[in-house]
Amino acid sequence: MQDVGFGYHGGAELLSNVTLSLQPGMFHFLTGPSGSGKTTLLRLLYADLLPSSGRIQAFGHDLADMGRDDIATLRRRVGVVHQDTQFLDHLPVAENVALPLNIAGQHVDMDALRDLLGWVQLSQQARALPPELSGGERQRAALARAVILSPDLILADEPTGNLDWDMSMRLMQLLIELNKSGKAVMVATHDLNLIRATKAQVAARVLRIAGKSLQSAGADL
Amino acid sequence: MKRADFRGLNLRALWRGLLRGDGGAGDRIVPPTGFTAQLTLFSAGAMAFLAVFALALALATGRLADRWSNQLAQSVTVRVSAPLAQQEAQTQTVLQILRTTPGAGQPRLLPDDEVAELLAPWFGPEMPVDALPVPALIDLPIADSDFDSDGLRLRLEAEAPGAVLDDHTQWRRPLVSAATRLKLLGVVSLLLIAATSGAMIVLAAKAALAANGQVIRVMRLIGARDLTIATAFVRRFTHRAAIGAGGGTLLGMAAVALLPDMQAAGGFLTGLGFQGWDWLLPLLIPVVAAAVGFFATRWAALRMLRSVR
Repeated sequence: MQDVGFGYHGGAELLSNVTLSLQPGMFHFLTGPSGSGKTTLLRLLYADLLPSSGRIQAFGHDLADMGRDDIATLRRRVGVVHQDTQFLDHLPVAENVALPLNIAGQHVDMDALRDLLGWVQLSQQARALPPELSGGERQRAALARAVILSPDLILADEPTGNLDWDMSMRLMQLLIELNKSGKAVMVATHDLNLIRATKAQVAARVLRIAGKSLQSAGADL
Repeated sequence: MKRADFRGLNLRALWRGLLRGDGGAGDRIVPPTGFTAQLTLFSAGAMAFLAVFALALALATGRLADRWSNQLAQSVTVRVSAPLAQQEAQTQTVLQILRTTPGAGQPRLLPDDEVAELLAPWFGPEMPVDALPVPALIDLPIADSDFDSDGLRLRLEAEAPGAVLDDHTQWRRPLVSAATRLKLLGVVSLLLIAATSGAMIVLAAKAALAANGQVIRVMRLIGARDLTIATAFVRRFTHRAAIGAGGGTLLGMAAVALLPDMQAAGGFLTGLGFQGWDWLLPLLIPVVAAAVGFFATRWAALRMLRSVR
């Protein structure tokens, strides 16, 4: 991301001159007050939005030069978890989690799927429909769906927003495990306690959006 | 439409989708919508039912036009009007002329009972033909293409002034023209039915896409291409259009088969329906309906998906 600026509907810029590089194995926190542009920055990273100015390169390709199909392919290398992650409510959890494999035309290995659901502690809920899940279960199902294609980058937008502390830490533990396996992880959150607790376990860089630009949060956390 | 769009035109998957009730695993991404599904089925069925009748009309009027055109062109009628004392002599003269006319077949003087039959609709069955100054009528079949009706007309004018040649052109042309237009009307009706079906399916597909915004957002997030998303809807609507049209076509064919036989009662409606191999033609209607459903949904879905990032 090089000198990126963005304003909704061509209006005033929400982000300005943002430069950021996400490398494999890095863990980033993105923080800042509500409305500062954390979600916008993540959406720019997975090409849900295009920058008003500057350039974004992903896996060696400039997003501005990518067609719709190329962007779809790019998203298979980026796992996204939202605070209010949506599912196909008429399909069981297991099918929702396996959906990226179906979309990518890959074989669904049922054993691997069971292992994945076990990893996020949703084995018992495999046949449940998403509306039957609790907030924490939904977030873990979203994480399982986000990582099933073994993406290179995981973006999580306030993934613990609806969760209690224990469940939040459980989710962060999963993200830390993924990071340790070489995935780049970026978590947008305004929960400083969560950042501090995670930093105790993993070398995480904390970025803050302030005044439309991205700054390093430094050691004050 | 970009060429790349046809990469997803998987005919095997489409055929599987048509045969399977749930349209296959890919179709499961679109939630079942009972009421919309029933409406699409009903619309496709109703349109197919109407299409069967439009097809029957087009085929029947085509046959009618051919029959009128051919049958009436195979003979001419000569009417001999003369004072009673000269009627017999004039008629014999005309018969002699006709027998020596190149290309003409054997002339036949219509007996009184046949003339009475022809006049019965106007004068009733008990009319005494011999008591009226009814002209003699001679039916002359045309044997080959040497027959020259204009030449015969001139010869009759010269040698038998009371004789008038009627080659049926005067009333045959408007009848053939009417039948041809009816056939055209049937074809236009079929095209309109296909276009209306397409429009209805486009509307239904757009409604389904709009109602499934969450599905589209989820699919986009996990890296689905527009074509993948569109295909799920395409299979669903193609399946519904084919099944609905299949039912409507069968009902339409049954209704046509049960039409009363008008052979004896009314000449115009004689033969309305299908004959012989024509019965196979309506079976194409579900195939066409599936094709209309396929392309209409595909067009609507890709257009809508491309309008949003």
